[in-house]
Amino acid sequence: MPEHKTLAATGNTVVAEAMRQCKPDVMAAYPITPQTTIVEEYAAMVAKGRVHTEYVTVESEHSAMSACIGASAAGARVMTATSSQGLALMWEELHIAAGMRLPIVMANANRALSAPINIHCDHSDIMGARDAGWVTYFAETAQEAYDNTIMACRVAEHPDVMLPVMTTLDGFITTHSIDRVSVMDDESVSGFVGQYVPKTALLDLENPVMHGAFSGLGGPYFEFKKQQRIAMENARKVVKDVAEEYAKLSGRPFDVVETWGMEDAETAIVVMGSTAGNTRHVARDLRAKGERMGLVKIRVWRPFPHVELAAALKGLKAVAVLDRAESFGAEGGPLFLETRSALYDAAERIPVVDYIYGLGGSDVKLELIERAYKDLSDIAAGGAAPAGPVYLGAREEA
Amino acid sequence: MQQLTEIRWHARAGQGAVTAAKVVAETALAADQYMQAMPEYGPERMGAPIKAFTRISKVPIEIHCNIENPDIVVVLDDSLLEIVNVADGLVDDGVIVVNTCTPPAEVRARLSMPANARVACVDASGIALDTIKRDIPNTPMVGALIKLTGVVDMEAFKSLLAKNLSKKFGQEMIDANWASVDRAFEEVTVA
Repeated sequence: MPEHKTLAATGNTVVAEAMRQCKPDVMAAYPITPQTTIVEEYAAMVAKGRVHTEYVTVESEHSAMSACIGASAAGARVMTATSSQGLALMWEELHIAAGMRLPIVMANANRALSAPINIHCDHSDIMGARDAGWVTYFAETAQEAYDNTIMACRVAEHPDVMLPVMTTLDGFITTHSIDRVSVMDDESVSGFVGQYVPKTALLDLENPVMHGAFSGLGGPYFEFKKQQRIAMENARKVVKDVAEEYAKLSGRPFDVVETWGMEDAETAIVVMGSTAGNTRHVARDLRAKGERMGLVKIRVWRPFPHVELAAALKGLKAVAVLDRAESFGAEGGPLFLETRSALYDAAERIPVVDYIYGLGGSDVKLELIERAYKDLSDIAAGGAAPAGPVYLGAREEA
Repeated sequence: MQQLTEIRWHARAGQGAVTAAKVVAETALAADQYMQAMPEYGPERMGAPIKAFTRISKVPIEIHCNIENPDIVVVLDDSLLEIVNVADGLVDDGVIVVNTCTPPAEVRARLSMPANARVACVDASGIALDTIKRDIPNTPMVGALIKLTGVVDMEAFKSLLAKNLSKKFGQEMIDANWASVDRAFEEVTVA
């Protein structure tokens, strides 16, 4: 059994630690707040010989992902990290990494996109990468960020998947807060992730292959995309299988949709990332007062767990979705759109209200969560649902 | 101790508030408690007013918002009393510890704070200059904090301090830091 060590550490420190334990052959990265300490600490570990990774310093995130793609196609285990504008600058490479079926693992420190310039947390950056074809995890805590990074390595490299995986953690809130985290010994993690043996590799000169070729009219482009769809569907099972195996090692169970208080709940909030903690805290208080509230936390954003989410929300009287990103001109934020779509096949129509919150690091005060739960109680009691999306906590109802 | 204790640190960047917030959290972890420590994030400029936060709890901490109703406020620089409302949101039976030569009654008169809350003062900068030979008041301030609140264990704090210092310094520096903690513990006065 693994040795477990309890640390006082930031999310970024334990992500760098998890990456070191996965022993990537190559890391190509460019620093950006609030991801910086991941690559800084990783570079220090390379310099001290604590991990044997080819660390490639590049001049931009565009180059970082390009170098990762080249290295991964060459047959290496590859990891990187970014945030916000950096992720946005990688946008075209994100699609290429997925289309070339390269199992790159990348951490993202979730941060707002300009303008106005803002370095704080929201999920706008990730949502811009939503359709790039990456399996995507969200972490509530530094602990989850550590666990997700290790699981991501196995999911990405699984023969039924072979897709890049992004593990996200909330900028500053999770990346920079010192939290209590349990980490495992190196051998247990290395044993769990195993050695990456690529099926094809550009550096395998005995078995030459072509990567990223042109596919014009009549070529296999369309079928390549269908294969990506199949791989992403396959990831549903692989994510769960890997999590089950990891739980035996770590002692920490994992569900793609994690529920709290849902046994007899009448209403629930659906949320991703660190705000799940604030929400559970409020739900705990309200339950103690006899209110029947629940929490549904989405831990894997792609592939989206629509079946599990619909099952968790079955029979509720009202649902609130907390979106930390916009989809301007849509009926609500990205998580709202997924949630309502997941509920389309439900036997009975459930009112779903969207709340946009916490953009640009706006503080997620407990009273804001209380307000959302209060709205749900009103709807459950027969009141009308507020017209969404509601800008939760915005200073004026503009 | 109550289930959750929330500490807000006010300082000027460079005085070691973030480090102190962290070391107090680490001391709590050593006693198998749950904890969080975080700076108020923003651009870092030496001398600018900053805030840092520590949460300590017997049960896992789930909340990730800023601390608006601290149980304890630690002020590392008394020039901040003029420009920052350090008592903002302090709980009724809370405590404010200030690094200053001014007596606590006078500091109290300058703050708008709950009647039941306590104000404590210690010349942590003076103590730091005497012992550590540098005006780094964070370590003695933790000594005063422990005296007033018992939020973490003194021996555990001192042993962690020694462990951290021993990475860069010898026993002389450890002794100087210990002395600063002990003196602040003895010299802090309350109103």
